[in-house]
Amino acid sequence: MLKFIIPLLLFIVLVIFLAMGLGLNPRDIPSPLINKPAPSFSLPILETPDKSLTNADMLGKVWLLNVWASWCGSCRAEHPVFNKLSTKNILPIIGLNYKDKPWAAKQWLTQLGNPYQLSIMDKKGRTGIDYGVYGVPETFVIDKKGWIRYKHTGAMTWNNVQQILLPMIKQLNAESQ
Amino acid sequence: MRLSQTLILLILVSFNCIAVVEYKKFEDPKKQQTYNILIDELRCLVCQNQTIADSNADLAKDLRKQVYEMLEKGQTREQIVDFMIQRYGDFVIYNPPFKAKTGVLWIAPFIFLLIGFILVWGMSRRKMQEDSKTNAVQKAKKAKIKSLLDDVDQL
Repeated sequence: MLKFIIPLLLFIVLVIFLAMGLGLNPRDIPSPLINKPAPSFSLPILETPDKSLTNADMLGKVWLLNVWASWCGSCRAEHPVFNKLSTKNILPIIGLNYKDKPWAAKQWLTQLGNPYQLSIMDKKGRTGIDYGVYGVPETFVIDKKGWIRYKHTGAMTWNNVQQILLPMIKQLNAESQ
Repeated sequence: MRLSQTLILLILVSFNCIAVVEYKKFEDPKKQQTYNILIDELRCLVCQNQTIADSNADLAKDLRKQVYEMLEKGQTREQIVDFMIQRYGDFVIYNPPFKAKTGVLWIAPFIFLLIGFILVWGMSRRKMQEDSKTNAVQKAKKAKIKSLLDDVDQL
């Protein structure tokens, strides 16, 4: 009897592990930056390149940093989600235009709509490295203290916004600075 | 004909693969060595089963540049690895550190080895017991044969 039970148990354990493996997303690498101060930056603004934005300018607000590029296909897919979110006027969305050409980026925004309060240009991808960006698009939720509280890798869906972002933004807005 | 065409194609494709990584030159041969070690132990996060030395992804290129510049500024291997881990997490190094989270990863092989040893030991012990049992049976049989033969001789 034992002869049959042991292989059966081993098989069941194997199936459980394989099933867990199927459910995991290998692209979802946990960011070490969660619950740490957002890396500092000072980058020129896409629309007005002689002016720049620093992370300190955003202190006191809960805001989104969305990493995007005109060459990135998934960014195009998630763009309507941010367009819709921006009409709700819940929080400022800052675009980090990653390794892009300014003219291509501007054209992209004119064609598809501009959900961003403003976009900053990371032409060489240095700020991208500081934020651990490895797969555009990526979205960071940054709190009033300037700490990163959440990171989403890959295209954002409206489901994600409703189930994760909106409750989180509500909670972060309730926090004192 | 088919085979030779395939071979030629393979050769052409493989040259393409070799040519992707640019060469970085250092004045100091020690730095060159550190650079070669570093880019071979940092993972490219875009194509997850390649090191940044193997990958032609844009991010790998940027990270090679980052490593190069940090080395030229006089930073050590440990400082550069820390820099990468702070941004990309432990996943960025191919040699994960021993932590609570990675403990299973490090210990599991030894546990499996131990289980293997115990199984082999148990099996060989059972085999030995069975052998001694059959030996006893055979001895008894031989003794019986001998006594029968002795009886025949006495006739």
